[in-house]
Amino acid sequence: MTGGAELARLRGAVPAKRHNARTIAALTGNPGCTRRAVLDAAGVDKPRLAQRIGFPSSFGQSRFALARGNGFEAMLKADGCALLLALLRDTVGLEAPDVGYDDLGSDADDTLAARQARTRELLAGAAGAALIDHPLLTLDVAGQQVFLEPDLIALQVRGRLHVVEIKSFAVVDGQADGAKVSGAAVQAAVYVLALRRLLAELGHDETLVSHDVVLVCPENFSLRPTAVVLDVRKQLATLRRQLTRLASVSGLIAALPPSVRFDLALPPAELIAALDQVAARYAPECLSTCELSVFCRHESAGTTATLGRPVRDALGGIETIDEVLAFAAGTGEPAAEQAEAAALLRTAARLRAEALTR
Amino acid sequence: MSTLTALARAQAFACGRALPIATVRHLHVHDRPLVLVPLAMAGEANAPLAALVGTDRAAPELLVVAQPRNRDQRFAFAAALAERVLAYLDSCIGETEAVAVDRGRDVRHRYVDAPQLWVPNTGGVEFVRLLGRSTRFRSVDGEYPVPPSVPLLGRWLTFFANSAEMPGSSLLLNAVQALGLHWATGQSSVEDAHLAALLAWIEPPAGRTGVEAARDAELQPPAGPATDPDFDNAVLAPLMSVPEPDVAALTAVLREQMTPAWEQVWRSLDLLRALPAGDRVAGRWDGDRDTFSAYVQYLADGGAPQPRRDGAVAAAARLHRLENAAGRYAVQRAFDDPLVMADYRLTGQAFTGRVTLADPDRVDDTGKRPVLRPRIMVATAEPVRVEPGATLTSPARPAQKARVVSLTPTPAGTDVLLELSGGMGRKLVAEPGSVPGVGEDLLLTTLSEAYRPGATFPDPADTPWTHGGPPETAPDLSPSDPGGEDAAGA
Ligand code: SF4
Repeated sequence: MTGGAELARLRGAVPAKRHNARTIAALTGNPGCTRRAVLDAAGVDKPRLAQRIGFPSSFGQSRFALARGNGFEAMLKADGCALLLALLRDTVGLEAPDVGYDDLGSDADDTLAARQARTRELLAGAAGAALIDHPLLTLDVAGQQVFLEPDLIALQVRGRLHVVEIKSFAVVDGQADGAKVSGAAVQAAVYVLALRRLLAELGHDETLVSHDVVLVCPENFSLRPTAVVLDVRKQLATLRRQLTRLASVSGLIAALPPSVRFDLALPPAELIAALDQVAARYAPECLSTCELSVFCRHESAGTTATLGRPVRDALGGIETIDEVLAFAAGTGEPAAEQAEAAALLRTAARLRAEALTR
Repeated sequence: MSTLTALARAQAFACGRALPIATVRHLHVHDRPLVLVPLAMAGEANAPLAALVGTDRAAPELLVVAQPRNRDQRFAFAAALAERVLAYLDSCIGETEAVAVDRGRDVRHRYVDAPQLWVPNTGGVEFVRLLGRSTRFRSVDGEYPVPPSVPLLGRWLTFFANSAEMPGSSLLLNAVQALGLHWATGQSSVEDAHLAALLAWIEPPAGRTGVEAARDAELQPPAGPATDPDFDNAVLAPLMSVPEPDVAALTAVLREQMTPAWEQVWRSLDLLRALPAGDRVAGRWDGDRDTFSAYVQYLADGGAPQPRRDGAVAAAARLHRLENAAGRYAVQRAFDDPLVMADYRLTGQAFTGRVTLADPDRVDDTGKRPVLRPRIMVATAEPVRVEPGATLTSPARPAQKARVVSLTPTPAGTDVLLELSGGMGRKLVAEPGSVPGVGEDLLLTTLSEAYRPGATFPDPADTPWTHGGPPETAPDLSPSDPGGEDAAGA
């Protein structure tokens, strides 16, 4: 187990960047990338790092979208969650007379401890149907305790707990943007995992937390809410794997030379040299999931990976564009396992040239 | 991704500019297309913010919604867009031509022209679909009446969005996909989705490589409909979060933000027009004209708006049509374009060879009637992945079938013995030139343009409820309740 000291050395004299469900969900985006795992485990501020080394990327969020999201959530939770309760009655069968509603207070740092204690207390009782608003859960991420704030936890009558996730993207005629739904599913899975660990700690059966989460979205072009139940078992499995992997990253970190440091006070050249020491696995999908992507893309220039997975596969998994072109021209010397791909490339090049000169 | 296209991407990276992956144009480009560049409000399901629209490159009209959450303003936008779109559609309705149907026993009429709508990217297509969905059921009376042009626009936009799903249709096209069908860049398809970056690879400015030009282009505003969050926060929010937005100021910043995309779509049209059209493009456009003519007629007959969701039978029939169209489109592109056919040669589904023996007058008289069945021998050095008994076609003689009689390995490759039928006239002697002669180079493929009959589906009314029952065709015209659609911010 790597001590916090080693992670702190890696990060430098700034506080660790706090994880939240969204950043944990993002960890599943490129599970094969060691660089990201190391930086995230150490809590390095990736956006600032990218900025510092001259490869800033923009992951801004529109104020309009934020306002709409907040407005939708406020509407659902108004009057003791009246609208939401009515909706949940229909979807998870929350029964009206039993429903209690606990708001654990607003989102502020000084209420963290109190909210966490109250969440534990409510869940320790785990009886009767209730909605818990602003609950606070914790999850261990690479030896670091992360505070998580699900939108809501719904306790069903028979003691089954459901995580309720409120999102402001629309469901139109029963269809929603696939990428957004899967993003919401991973985030909800983070909460399910944290909740299960908490219940286990409290001596309850962790399967009391259902893998069916409730996603609440606006329906069609209105603000009228609709709820869908998502099964997040697959996301849970991925998440567990990635968290285990992240925990084992400590071994990797321990093996890094002492010169590797991501202290943002260091000059850019040194930071880049440090990044070079930690292997990345760039793919174009990084551009929408990782703040370091502009740097990694630049660094990977000339590899087939930058062209995207389908292209790389169609090129027989050959590593660099130079090699591909050499094989296509018949000048390269393919290794035994590359021979088949090289022959195919050669034929492809001949056919392409022939069709273009016709 | 075919190996040839992947190789083209690798080559494009190395030479610093996009390379062709087609030798002809595979879509119809209208002389007078209607271009639409939409922008939507972030966070909303489909709240139009602005649109540049028009058929004149030099004079785009900018429609702006100063308060996208305001219902009246949204429908005023829809009405303004309807005016432009419906006028354009009207301009395509005019002269008709007669088409023989039922083997010449009957004729039907179709319009000589059809509309063609262009948007920058697949997001634009989605915008069209959603705007169609949010307007086609609107009621012209009741509590929240809209002008009749609004639901009519909704039906047409839905018509366009549905046709965009049909492979080979050119009624609604998007620039990113249209360019991507003809050029391979040295970057990933994720990056190609940015129209400016894609164009930068196709036409990098002098002295700049594709990568460099694409990096510059990525700094340009996105081609919508999603806005740049920084633009939202820094420019739009201050202008819009006041009770009475300064419409003139808003219009100015939006025009500046959207003009690059407008130009890029027209530039894409120029590039595509410069390519010669494939032989089968006109035939597919005929199909588009049929579809358009039929929908004009359907509306004239008082047809209902498209249902929210297809019933089970309609959905299955539609899926079947889409699959057929996809297959036909793939084959037609290969037949039109040697560079596309090269993909099939690489996988052994097509090969070229030279005719070494020919017996053009061979008659098979073992059956009831003697039939003309010439045989030819084709020698090829390419891989041949076909079995005896398989039927091959040659793009040069698409009406003729060649049955594989035998395959004989030779030191140089394979000798393929073929028996020909069809496409040689009605007599027992082949018409001159209809049978390939000795010395002729021939391309043969397992791909076939032959008509595949559609499956038969039960009448929706006969479908049991377990299969969805009769589809929902009647629109839900109940007026919006206060908590319902479009009431937000009203
Ligand atoms: S952008 Fe770089 S660090 Fe981030 S996941 Fe991709 S390869 Fe890893």
